[in-house]
Amino acid sequence: MQRIADLLAGIGRPVIALFRGAGAIALFAAEAISHLVRPPFYGKLFLRQLSEIGFFSLPVVALTAVFSGMVLALQSYTGFARFSAESAVATVVVLSITRELAPVLAGLMVAGRVGASMAAEIGTMRVTDQIDALTTLSTNPMKYLVAPRLLAGTVALPILVLVADVLGVAGGFLVSVYKLGFNAGAYMQNTWRFLEFLDVFSGLVKAAVFGFVVALMGCYHGYHSKGGAQGVGAATTSAVVSASILILAFNYVVTEAFFAR
Amino acid sequence: MNGAVPRISVRGLCKAFGPKVVLDQLDLDVAAGESLVVIGGSGSGKSVLLKCILGLLEPDAGSIRIDGQEILTLPRAEREAARARIGMLFQAGALFDSLPVWHNVCFGLIATGRISAHDARAKAVEVLAQVGLAESVADLWPAELSGGMQKRVALARAIAAQPDILFFDEPTTGLDPIMGAVIDGLIVDCVKRLGATAVSITHDMASARRIADRIAMIFKGRIIWTGLAGAIDDPGEAHVAQFVRGARDGPITMELRR
Repeated sequence: MQRIADLLAGIGRPVIALFRGAGAIALFAAEAISHLVRPPFYGKLFLRQLSEIGFFSLPVVALTAVFSGMVLALQSYTGFARFSAESAVATVVVLSITRELAPVLAGLMVAGRVGASMAAEIGTMRVTDQIDALTTLSTNPMKYLVAPRLLAGTVALPILVLVADVLGVAGGFLVSVYKLGFNAGAYMQNTWRFLEFLDVFSGLVKAAVFGFVVALMGCYHGYHSKGGAQGVGAATTSAVVSASILILAFNYVVTEAFFAR
Repeated sequence: MNGAVPRISVRGLCKAFGPKVVLDQLDLDVAAGESLVVIGGSGSGKSVLLKCILGLLEPDAGSIRIDGQEILTLPRAEREAARARIGMLFQAGALFDSLPVWHNVCFGLIATGRISAHDARAKAVEVLAQVGLAESVADLWPAELSGGMQKRVALARAIAAQPDILFFDEPTTGLDPIMGAVIDGLIVDCVKRLGATAVSITHDMASARRIADRIAMIFKGRIIWTGLAGAIDDPGEAHVAQFVRGARDGPITMELRR
């Protein structure tokens, strides 16, 4: 009997911890969002974060998109050639890029670059009493540190994904035309023919969700870090890992919402 | 203390972190215009006491009154207004790395709309002069400053809004004795100039003697002794006497694992 009780307790403890953690993150997000609609507003901080998350992530997202488009074209061609369906390559590339690869890969790259940086910066502020100092200087840290980052993440990632959409398709075009011998005009025609507004729009919605998730995880784990350099390191790791997992989970949820029949 | 309402009055303050009781029914009064130094060993609850009064930590029980007004039950906005009367010097300075010195100094003034960002630099230079720092320091970044300069900038930030209550958390920790004396002197000057009530926490006895009008000792989460600064060398209390002498033997024992 005792063994069964121990087993159930062993299962119950992490489950309770999981729900407690999810609840804490939800409350944290709700408080931060509430600050977005109440003055004072920190416009300059929002613009700085927009530049940090959006502009400075552009090279890494662009390279990821170009190479993904190139690989996708190559892989699709080698697969479809077995069924004499090479003409579908352009359609596969554009749909895969806009619906899935651009938002997911951009989200993961930004999670690695920006989520880690947010957790490290806010975590260092926490362990060096800078967040307490903000409070003593009549400044709400949630409003000053967290709210602008959440908004900037939600706005910046769709812009990045739009760029990634264009560059990903361009990568596929380059390989298809200059390596696989496709006709450039026919390739572009096939690209446009089956592309619908919803394909791009769903990718942008995903991007907004992923941007929010990345910023939320970076801020949450940084804000609650403790124990000096080791604590900040742990917060950074947790921010990147949790953001990456949540991106993949929300990718399914949003896909289901848009395309499930 | 005479019959006047204390500027700060703490009664029955309790705070525990899990099973560890840090503050245990702590009582403390600080008179208006007084400079009180709270001494005590590491982990005795000094910093937690300050954080509870500042509202950075929520006590488990007890009462904290400022000028007779209970602050623990105040609505958030009024509590923030009460907090705005307090200036705080953190142990490690806690300067904002991402802002230049002038913005650090005037951060509270800008945040409360008492000064525009345009006028803030000139105001910062004026406050920096009060802590003996030149105008050129205003445009530096915190990472470019020595430990002593960081403490002085942090002191300038604490006094910039001319608060009527000042808290100093280990103001001389990590400084050489001369710089420690300089900081103590600046603290005394600033407190006198502002006519403020000051609460400092330290385990540096030289610093406590220089800053304090009155000294209180915290031990195991309670205030076990208070007296005038001049009485600290003959306190008539064994714990205090051991602490002041820095003696190994006495009623305070360190739990060392051998």
